[in-house]
Amino acid sequence: MTLLYGEVEEELRAAVRGLLADRCPPASVLKRVESDPYDPDLWKTLAGEIGVAGLLIPEQYGGAGATASEAGVVLEELGRGVAPVPFLTSAVLATRALVAAEAGELLAGLAEGRTTAALAVSFAASPYAPWRGSSVSVDGGTLSGGVSGVAGADVADVLVVPVGGELYEVEGASVEVVPSLDLTRPVANVTFTGASARLLGPCDLAEVLRHGAGLLASEQLGVAEWCLETTLAYVKERHQFARPVGSFQAIKHRLADLWLDVVRAKAAARAAVADADAVTVAVAQSWNAGVAVHAAEEALQLHGGIGMTWEHPVHLYLKRAKASEMAFGTPGDHREALASLADLPGPA
Amino acid sequence: MNEADIKDRVSAFLAANDPSDRPAFLRARYDAGLAWVAYPEGLGGLGAPRDLQQVVERELAHTPQLNTGVQGIGLGMAAPTILAFGTQEQKSRFLRPLWTGEEIWCQLFSEPGAGSDLATLGTRAVRDGDEWVVDGQKVWTSGAHHSRWGILVTRTDPDVPKHRGMTYFICDMHAPGVEVRPLRQITGEAEFNEVFLTGVRLSDDLRLGEVGEGWRVAQTTLMNERVAIGGAPVRRGGGMIGPVLDTWREHPELRTHDLHQRLLALWVETEVTRLSGARLREQLVAGQPGPEGSGMKLSFAKLNQALSGLDVELRRDLGYDDWTFRRSEDVDFYGRGAGYRYLRAKGNSIEGGTSEILRNIISERVLGLPSEPRIDKDVPWKDLPR
Repeated sequence: MTLLYGEVEEELRAAVRGLLADRCPPASVLKRVESDPYDPDLWKTLAGEIGVAGLLIPEQYGGAGATASEAGVVLEELGRGVAPVPFLTSAVLATRALVAAEAGELLAGLAEGRTTAALAVSFAASPYAPWRGSSVSVDGGTLSGGVSGVAGADVADVLVVPVGGELYEVEGASVEVVPSLDLTRPVANVTFTGASARLLGPCDLAEVLRHGAGLLASEQLGVAEWCLETTLAYVKERHQFARPVGSFQAIKHRLADLWLDVVRAKAAARAAVADADAVTVAVAQSWNAGVAVHAAEEALQLHGGIGMTWEHPVHLYLKRAKASEMAFGTPGDHREALASLADLPGPA
Repeated sequence: MNEADIKDRVSAFLAANDPSDRPAFLRARYDAGLAWVAYPEGLGGLGAPRDLQQVVERELAHTPQLNTGVQGIGLGMAAPTILAFGTQEQKSRFLRPLWTGEEIWCQLFSEPGAGSDLATLGTRAVRDGDEWVVDGQKVWTSGAHHSRWGILVTRTDPDVPKHRGMTYFICDMHAPGVEVRPLRQITGEAEFNEVFLTGVRLSDDLRLGEVGEGWRVAQTTLMNERVAIGGAPVRRGGGMIGPVLDTWREHPELRTHDLHQRLLALWVETEVTRLSGARLREQLVAGQPGPEGSGMKLSFAKLNQALSGLDVELRRDLGYDDWTFRRSEDVDFYGRGAGYRYLRAKGNSIEGGTSEILRNIISERVLGLPSEPRIDKDVPWKDLPR
């Protein structure tokens, strides 16, 4: 196991970063968030040309058969750009469920970037409470009920639904996007009223969510890195009292501490992709989720008034960070899980 | 030189040397180049890649070991400085007994008036023919009472700005005029000393580096000090959190909800810090040292203090194991009580660069933030306000 990045990962990073710099700088993300946040053209290039959609799909289904280690690097970059594309929801979460269900036909479409999928699970569900937000029941080949807070459902061609221990492909669900805290990854309420469902195979939802949680830590690292770097650049430029504000110790010490938190977030994210057991995932989520929020909050504060404005992109990062803190379990949920995972039982 | 070559050398060495005679064995190990393999040949090394050291340590784990506690300053600070700045004679004279532990070293840097601002130090060294006469006072000197040599920074030119007028020496701790007094700490014991230097005569061949170059030489020492303090590998649940976890698991009756929340948060922070250290070591082995090392000591200081504080609170123990004023040879966190660990860990954010100075270093050297405006840069040392 290595915690470093390899050559393949660095090449992938460079390709994704280059594309995002060209096609989706924070200013253009900001421009589209209130009308049509998802960027289908950008996703088409990322998915098809760079090939990120098929990274986690085995070669037998037409994918790249790569590991979480490569997917983590893509997520770091997408986090840095708060890129409005359904990588995490389709190419990580739904893909994981489809691979486990051996849904080869659907996977082939995803791998080519022809279609995009969403898993009908609440973004607020966790490996420890996988059914939070879900009330779906199956009755003779049709589904009824609903799932709240589903990310990526509004842009998915294929909707797959876990019910009990099975995974279904569903036609004719109603997907209603709700105003969401995270402008760049809005969530929707998905309802089924006797929707026709096709059984795909078994589904261990807690395992799928744990996989998502481990990889989300890489996205959170990317968010935190953007916030730290953007703030550093700003405090070197911004003058008050005839000095760069970044020359005041009160500011420097805060940024040194933040840097140290981000350094440790990188180690945690790499451990969670290199050796994704329940402990490394819980450690990475309980650390990185908080670091991303803290980095965005520090970025806002250290930008002063401009950080509070709609026109500056820092709020996109704050909203992404705060919403992600709740995704796949809060830091507190993961720490609570560590009480048994790491043999640290609570009081009787 | 690769792993197989090194292993061959170690087996040849073991076949020819008897580990039951510790001093002779260690001297022979030095002479065979198996002391610190990255050092040059003839000086205890083979000029081999640094990562082969762990191979040697593994192969020789069953043989006599160094006393890294008592020898810490010699191995971690004096040796790299002598290697970088010493003359051939100095390297040959000092490195061998330093490594074998036959001669112990201490560090004569801080003074009562020069702590974080080390460069303002005022211990004077005045040239007198082939000798220098040293007068002044040093403080926080661990192990001075059993040291044969000290690494010493002095003021040799008070008329130039502070960073330029310093010279670095190897101080003969047995020379007349060297007086070592124990300095009692809040733990009750004395790890440290005050060292008074009164008319101490040091010959010019004990000078390390050029006259006036002392600051640059001292930087090498300090860089190595911070690596030494922050760098050792630990297993999951090891280090300062170990005793807390033992108490937690063995005494369910002591657990509370509040302590549980705090313990879990500290366990996570300990684990991500441990992973950072592992990543840093991987980078070093791959020959890509990152700036992450600057942060390790800062993390450990904070964690040690928080964990040892939690430990005391968890135990609800109003006692203390031993206030006796005595000299301690090295820091024994685990052989002592929770109260000792709590008090001793307070020093972790002061010794080897305060956490505040480390944050300055990170923000300026790693993050590229501008320094605070300085009023002392172009003023002769003698004219500085004090």
